[in-house]
Amino acid sequence: MSQSVLYSKVKNWYLSNFEIFSKRLNGSKNFFNEIREKAVAKFTELDFPTRKNEEWKYTDITPILKYNFVPSALVSIPKLTLDEINKLLFKDFDFYLATIVNGVFVEELSNLENLPKGVIIGSLNKILKDRPELFDNYANDFLSIDNIFNALNNVYAYDGLVMIVEKNVIIDKPIQVLFINGNNESEVLSSPKNLIIAKENSQLSVIFNYRGFGDKKYFTNSTVNVSIDEGAILDYYKIQEENEDSYHIEKIDVIQSTKSVFNQFNINFGGELVRNDINTKLNGEYIETHFYGLYLVQGKQHVDNHTLIDHAKPNCLSNELYKGILDDNSHGVFNGKIFVRPGAQKTNAYQQNKAVLLSSGAKLDTKPQLEIFADDVKCTHGAAVGHLDESAEFYIRSRGVPEELAKSILIRAFANDVVEMMKIGELKEQINHKIFEHLHRIEFKNN
Amino acid sequence: MLIIKNLHAVVEGKEILRGINLEVKPGEIHAIMGPNGSGKSTLANVLAGNKGYEVTEGEIWFEGKNLLDMEPDERAKEGVFLAFQYPVEIPGVSNATFLKTAINEKRKYLNLPELSPKEFLDMMKEKAKILGMDESLISRSVNVGFSGGEKKRNEIFQLLMLEPKLAILDETDSGLDIDALKIVANGVNVFHKDDNAVIVVTHYQRLLNYIVPDFVHVLYKGKIVKSGGKELALELEEKGYDWVTSNELETQSI
Repeated sequence: MSQSVLYSKVKNWYLSNFEIFSKRLNGSKNFFNEIREKAVAKFTELDFPTRKNEEWKYTDITPILKYNFVPSALVSIPKLTLDEINKLLFKDFDFYLATIVNGVFVEELSNLENLPKGVIIGSLNKILKDRPELFDNYANDFLSIDNIFNALNNVYAYDGLVMIVEKNVIIDKPIQVLFINGNNESEVLSSPKNLIIAKENSQLSVIFNYRGFGDKKYFTNSTVNVSIDEGAILDYYKIQEENEDSYHIEKIDVIQSTKSVFNQFNINFGGELVRNDINTKLNGEYIETHFYGLYLVQGKQHVDNHTLIDHAKPNCLSNELYKGILDDNSHGVFNGKIFVRPGAQKTNAYQQNKAVLLSSGAKLDTKPQLEIFADDVKCTHGAAVGHLDESAEFYIRSRGVPEELAKSILIRAFANDVVEMMKIGELKEQINHKIFEHLHRIEFKNN
Repeated sequence: MLIIKNLHAVVEGKEILRGINLEVKPGEIHAIMGPNGSGKSTLANVLAGNKGYEVTEGEIWFEGKNLLDMEPDERAKEGVFLAFQYPVEIPGVSNATFLKTAINEKRKYLNLPELSPKEFLDMMKEKAKILGMDESLISRSVNVGFSGGEKKRNEIFQLLMLEPKLAILDETDSGLDIDALKIVANGVNVFHKDDNAVIVVTHYQRLLNYIVPDFVHVLYKGKIVKSGGKELALELEEKGYDWVTSNELETQSI
């Protein structure tokens, strides 16, 4: 089958399923209808990208299109117990819990009791129905479609997570959001649509924890829209540990206002083919943005991270550090765009992208893209791809440490610049543990 | 303890060691001196098993075992220790964890039980005190943000913790002021006993005022051209390396 035939066949599959899906919704009218209508129009208009598309130059999405993934709304949601999900959580610290199974919020598996006043966390579908007025000022931020996958997410949008934090509210503990994707019955498409609104001077910390379920192949196609209003601070940990044969595509779209701070961690362990698009628009002055990325890939995994930091106004700071550890025949892609718009004077923008290849079959394609239209700015970027430092390995081994453990020590040291920046101490150790577990290497514990 | 026979070694295609013979017995301190490029650091690295240095000829026997058959970590576990000229920084790994890992790997190799946390902590405190090391250095990442002097001191701290049979100090005195030099030398003297040995590799005689050698060897163009007692170091200091190297030239021309 030629590529174009395959692409149009897949498009028809998702569109015909949409008709079934629409009927199932049984005419229930809400905010989503409008979104879906626009999304269907976009989905029809756009094409699946080929590698001739500059944004997808190093990522071939054909494997995803070889499966007829059934939208999760058309199949039953797997029943999970608290014990089962407990194994999937980051632990040993206090947190609120929201659980989303195949894109649908599950009350029984969540623990959102005693949230501070002025905090709404829960099912997007339910909150839209009950209190549509909450979204009035954000309607325009809610639909941002850059590619056909974002459109597909919105075509099947009917639930996901919403978080709204009122002015001046500081949430006392992190909110862990557990996304469980996959289904034992069929090959499922999970389309969570998520929204975070941090109003003026609020503060919150969220952990988006992506895990797989069952033994069938599945496709997580997610979007997250974030608004960080004036003076608000958001710590955002994305930790992706989907099943090893799954597909994961997500776009995180952020708008920051004056004096806001956004600390974003993008940690990827799982997935056979993974694409992250993380975009933030610095739409005010004195904004701080920190992007920290870490990806550990092995076997035939492919992880593509695209980031965009858009300096639209003067006097802002952005700092980006991405680190990759690639083993076996894995493939990494890093594309980091920084825009400094005309008038965005006194911008400070830093980008660093480093990777270590643990085997001769591993590969990284990297492309920094700085487009600067202001003259009084400080922007630097650097990229380095190499192997583990042999002189450091000799130093460690000369103290009696065997080769494999010495390599683990160096892997840990390499990941440290990113892991160390995390503000939740217990999370650091659990991430370090996962690094070695995922790479199938001897763990080196720092204690 | 250590017997080196006709050792030849190549670095990046160039022969640096050209027939070294040396025997070190328990309780002895040997100084290896020589001008830059004479092969001093190469000898130290070859003994520790650095793969960047290829041995093309000769033998090294350590406690009756063939050292050249052993991986760097095996050599360390058998009791060879190299204090590096340029210690490596390891971010995110604390000195304490690093040393505990190394010590317990060695103990495992020797069929000894792991040290308990208390035993380890007490040992750390005792050794740190000898070197006047701030205890905060112990919890910091290995060599990260250490000054040149702190790094060298940390090498000697590792020496005291690992208690090898043979310590090789590669230019441990370089970059040290006189106070730091005395502290480091004192650490080595605390380590040194009748049943272990030290090889001090140095360019200058200065360190040998504090670590007094039993033998001094002058290395030149990959060979030991002169050996003697501690007074040889003083003579070298006074007359310079030209004195031995011109002797060497004379012997070559005969």
